[in-house]
Amino acid sequence: MENIIDYLKAERSQEWRNEIRKSMKTKERTSKVRASMPEADPEVRNKSNVEVNTGLDKDIAILEAQRCIDCPTPTCIDGCPVGIYIPKFIKKIEVGDFLAAASVLKETNGLPAVCGRVCPQEKQCEASCFYTLKLNKPPVAIGYLERFAADYERNSGKATVPEVAGSSKVKVAVVGSGPAGLAASGDLAKLGYDVTVFEALHEIGGVLKYGIPEFRLPNDIVDFEIENLRKMGVKFRNNFLVGKTASFEDLKADGFEAFFVGSGAGLPRFMNIPGENYNGIFSSNEYLTRVNLMNAANPEFDTPVISGKNVAVIGGGNTAMDSVRTAKRLGAKRAMIIYRRSEEEMPARVEEVKHAKEEGIEFMNLHNPLEYYADETGRVKSAKIQKMKLGEPDASGRRRPIPIEGSEFVVDVDTVVVSVGVSPNPIVPASLSKLEITDWGTIVVDKDTMQSSTMPEIFAGGDIVRGGATVILAMGDGRKAAAGMHKYIQEKTKAN
Amino acid sequence: MSKILEKEFFSENVAKIVLLAPEIARSRKPGHFVIIKIGDKGERVPLTIASSDDEKGSITLVVQKVGVTSAKLLKLEVGDEVTDVVGPLGKATHIEKVGTVLCAGGGVGVAPLMPIVEGFKKAGNRVITVLAARTKDLVILEEQMRKYSDEVIIMTDDGTYGRQGLVTQGMEEVIKREKVDMSVIIGPAIMMKFGALTTKKYNIKTYVSLNTIMVDGTGMCGACRVSVGGKTRFVCVDGPEFDAHQVDFGQMMMRMGAYKDQEYAAYQKYLGTLETVA
Ligand SMILES: Cc1cc2nc3c(=O)[nH]c(=O)nc-3n(C[C@H](O)[C@H](O)[C@H](O)COP(=O)(O)OP(=O)(O)OC[C@H]3O[C@@H](n4cnc5c(N)ncnc54)[C@H](O)[C@@H]3O)c2cc1C
Ligand SMILES: Cc1cc2nc3c(=O)[nH]c(=O)nc-3n(C[C@H](O)[C@H](O)[C@H](O)COP(=O)(O)OP(=O)(O)OC[C@H]3O[C@@H](n4cnc5c(N)ncnc54)[C@H](O)[C@@H]3O)c2cc1C
Ligand code: SF4
Ligand code: SF4
Ligand code: FES
Repeated sequence: MENIIDYLKAERSQEWRNEIRKSMKTKERTSKVRASMPEADPEVRNKSNVEVNTGLDKDIAILEAQRCIDCPTPTCIDGCPVGIYIPKFIKKIEVGDFLAAASVLKETNGLPAVCGRVCPQEKQCEASCFYTLKLNKPPVAIGYLERFAADYERNSGKATVPEVAGSSKVKVAVVGSGPAGLAASGDLAKLGYDVTVFEALHEIGGVLKYGIPEFRLPNDIVDFEIENLRKMGVKFRNNFLVGKTASFEDLKADGFEAFFVGSGAGLPRFMNIPGENYNGIFSSNEYLTRVNLMNAANPEFDTPVISGKNVAVIGGGNTAMDSVRTAKRLGAKRAMIIYRRSEEEMPARVEEVKHAKEEGIEFMNLHNPLEYYADETGRVKSAKIQKMKLGEPDASGRRRPIPIEGSEFVVDVDTVVVSVGVSPNPIVPASLSKLEITDWGTIVVDKDTMQSSTMPEIFAGGDIVRGGATVILAMGDGRKAAAGMHKYIQEKTKAN
Repeated sequence: MSKILEKEFFSENVAKIVLLAPEIARSRKPGHFVIIKIGDKGERVPLTIASSDDEKGSITLVVQKVGVTSAKLLKLEVGDEVTDVVGPLGKATHIEKVGTVLCAGGGVGVAPLMPIVEGFKKAGNRVITVLAARTKDLVILEEQMRKYSDEVIIMTDDGTYGRQGLVTQGMEEVIKREKVDMSVIIGPAIMMKFGALTTKKYNIKTYVSLNTIMVDGTGMCGACRVSVGGKTRFVCVDGPEFDAHQVDFGQMMMRMGAYKDQEYAAYQKYLGTLETVA
């Protein structure tokens, strides 16, 4: 993408950027220590829903922004799936123009306050920062700074709504309101389309609402970003399951010319071990949905949830960390992670594992459940656990867990949350017989345009294509798809 | 938001509610259900679509008051709105011409049975329907059932209407009398369990519609899971109808009791708030 490189060069040689670069020696910049994120006290936060990370203050943000040396070839951008103009927004922070920094973020990312909180930065932008690659020093805290600028703008009351091109009458549909769908709808609205987002649940936001807990991503923040999309003219239809409430054919007959499918990976996997259907054993989706979406822990709400004393969460991903930390907050005496590999192989964000440990979560790594036992009412009371060791790397490159025979023992548990992964939501694929899907149920698309291999009017992205990924990868897909849809519609219009 | 167009009580605790939901009315088939939620703090509750009217854009639910949400729904009046309604959910009943179909409904299971009876009749089957209830006042939808059944047998526990006895007695009588090709049983879990045992004795292919606890109804949470033929299935997307002879009813009944204490406490609390208002 040559024009992007040229654009970045031109931006970098602007007067204000030259000046700020010269204002401090590189040596001085690289000798500064990375900012640390202020956090709520672990013993307070593990009993409430307060946000764990409390955010940088202005002075610290400016100090951290000074660390960025404004590289001629900013490799950090390659690590960001939505291509945020990272040095540009950071330098705006350095000069103290925080609102301008937020505008830079919004050029390419509709949900900066979300990404600044939940991106696995250590694997993305920060992994390809000059500091990481060349200096072997802690990277610039890109994620913290992103969150800072987005929060500053939101709290300032001066948030701007991105401009939309003169509205066209062409109707496009977005299926699913998770990050993939929200990113696609933002870009489509900017391009001037008449966008409707269809969402099966009663709330908009996908996993951002029903999955990721309040203490990591407050719902207000998600709602604020959704409100921005509304202001850009995006329409939202909740309680609408595409493929059931109306078929794609019905929607086509209603005038929708192209579709973006961001229906996510909402089908929970179980381990199929004896006793797994006893009461008190949940999928992490059910456990987190009851607590986050239905507010089950609040007695004012009608949905019940079981809050156990001895809670075991099976798995080592973000979902497992969110579940176990939720259990602790619901009053568990013992909240433990049971994970079959070692901490090194854990897919969860490093920060979540650290936070979990501070909050008093027990980690039983290299352990795996074999069977559950229940009391006479059918409520789980204990689990048989086996110890594991690591063998040779498997296809995923991670070392394979091998059971140690004879190492089994029983632990008391009254709640178990199974968090061993999800599969793609089958409702859309099942309602489109011509759609090409893989053996794993993901939709096959062109990786640049995100267009379906067999149905030109259908585009897809996020977990329904990747099987399970991250917020920012889903958003990157949504943005690519919006561009792909624009091209498809323009060509179709020309042909007619 | 869906407006309530009509409401009619069949008995003290059972009412018919007609809701404006044009898209659902257009897409639904027998066997489908909706999930409703009342108010911002409400829970999501599944209810079968008993019938629909494409012209009016309406769907009909038949609801039995058993706890907080059903009580709240039956308190709403014509003109009020139900906050959230999503559907149609689940797999539609597979309806074809098989010969003679024995349909058995108990309690509020009679409501979901109605569109199935109608469907099988329209497909050219001989349909015999057994309706079971504790007592005369709890027999619902009899007239509608008669319209689409070749014969309706009514069984009450106390003998105040129809014949005295259990649903299984009524079923067995028919099976002994004539050749039955298929059976559909919908009602409380315990009734479905014994109904299924009855038809199994005679090797009659039988379907039941399971009313497990649900949250999302789209296959996302697994709350509705139940063991069928030794495999875990999700009632909201794989069902709600399953081969009756494969269902693990013991497990299903156990799972339905998961929140019994909390539900009971919540209902008592809800009744308490009503009294203080009144
Ligand atoms: C508990 C948890 C914690 C996580 N933590 C992180 C994290 O810290 N960082 C990170 O980067 N990633 C995290 N992830 C992963 C990340 O959330 C997902 O990769 C991302 O949300 C995928 O986005 P999506 O838009 O593809 O789908 P989703 O967010 O799953 O949204 C899909 C939406 O589509 C709706 N839908 C489905 N079918 C239909 C239909 N037929 N009609 C209408 N609507 C439909 C669903 O109801 C849902 O709302 C986490 C995931 C979970 C579950
Ligand atoms: C696919 C499906 C279709 C359904 N169709 C209908 C319908 O058409 N009409 C209807 O009235 N109900 C129907 N149900 C059952 C209905 O969803 C429940 O009655 C409802 O959830 C009760 O909510 P509540 O808050 O009023 O009571 P809760 O507080 O949830 O329950 C109160 C008490 O009733 C018991 N209970 C809950 N559900 C049932 C049940 N199904 N049978 C017997 N006891 C139960 C509970 O164990 C509890 O003790 C259906 C369920 C499913 C899964
Ligand atoms: S969106 Fe995510 S990957 Fe991109 S810069 Fe922000 S934190 Fe990094
Ligand atoms: S690579 Fe690091 S130092 Fe270089 S511009 Fe990006 S954030 Fe700044
Ligand atoms: S109700 Fe959630 S999967 Fe069936």
